[in-house]
Amino acid sequence: MEIGLNHYLTLAAVLFTIGVFGIFLNRKNIIVILMSIELMLLAVNINLVAFSAFLGDLVGQVFALLVLTVAAGEAAIGLAILVVYFRNRGGIAVEDVSQMKG
Amino acid sequence: MTLTALSFYLFATVAVASAFMVISARNPVYSVLFLILTFFNSAGLFVLMGAEFLAMILVVVYVGAVAVLFLFVVMMLDIDFAELNEGFLQYMPIGATVGFILLLELLLIFGASTQMVSQSKLPQATPEGMTNAEAIGRVLYTDYIYFFQAAGAVLLVAMIGAIVLTLVKSENPRRQSIAEQNARTREDGVELVDIEPGKGL
Repeated sequence: MEIGLNHYLTLAAVLFTIGVFGIFLNRKNIIVILMSIELMLLAVNINLVAFSAFLGDLVGQVFALLVLTVAAGEAAIGLAILVVYFRNRGGIAVEDVSQMKG
Repeated sequence: MTLTALSFYLFATVAVASAFMVISARNPVYSVLFLILTFFNSAGLFVLMGAEFLAMILVVVYVGAVAVLFLFVVMMLDIDFAELNEGFLQYMPIGATVGFILLLELLLIFGASTQMVSQSKLPQATPEGMTNAEAIGRVLYTDYIYFFQAAGAVLLVAMIGAIVLTLVKSENPRRQSIAEQNARTREDGVELVDIEPGKGL
């Protein structure tokens, strides 16, 4: 049985859904929420590379590289905010984050 | 079943299973480790698709940088995870509903929109007689040079932002004072001490 484009797209869809599901499931744990976002970006990358491979166009891989860059920056900034928030409040409960405004 | 299909199913199964463990593990340290496993398997899938360069970048960037960053933060912060996991099942029904609908929609879209793309034969994204990294470099450094520069700017801003956010102003910083260093003489820098044998200072 040949592995086609739909196989990869289905896998990416499943991974993306797991990421969304993880955000719902771990409403209180912001670290796992960040990891879920990483999973979703990974699913997007799989999509981009799959289309790149099956359409014979390298641009998809270039774009995946850019998505990777943004994902790394997002993780760094997100975790930095998390560390500052923990220092200020002594906990990382998501419910209290609304106090951050102002 | 060919070797390609076999390895695809192996990588895909492990990736999905470990992705599920990422969101359902009780201990965030296990979550990070399963995230690393997911990234490794995705790198394997990238190799299967002929994107070796991106596969290696995925391992280097995600496993080497992002996942280790997560691990640092999880271990650095003193968090009561039992408290965080309260109400874990409370959001299960709504999450499952939303996730199921989303998955269904995505699959329907793929089923409808991928008819025009050839399913079986793999046209080479990488030209003949060229490595994948070389081919990407030829595209990235010519047609997409501005995007490449923008990616560098994004990384720079992220780096500066992370440093600015987490930098702690210390009360008594030990800064280098060049004038003080130059004003030192041999007399107040070196001291001759007569040590008796077997005693030490």
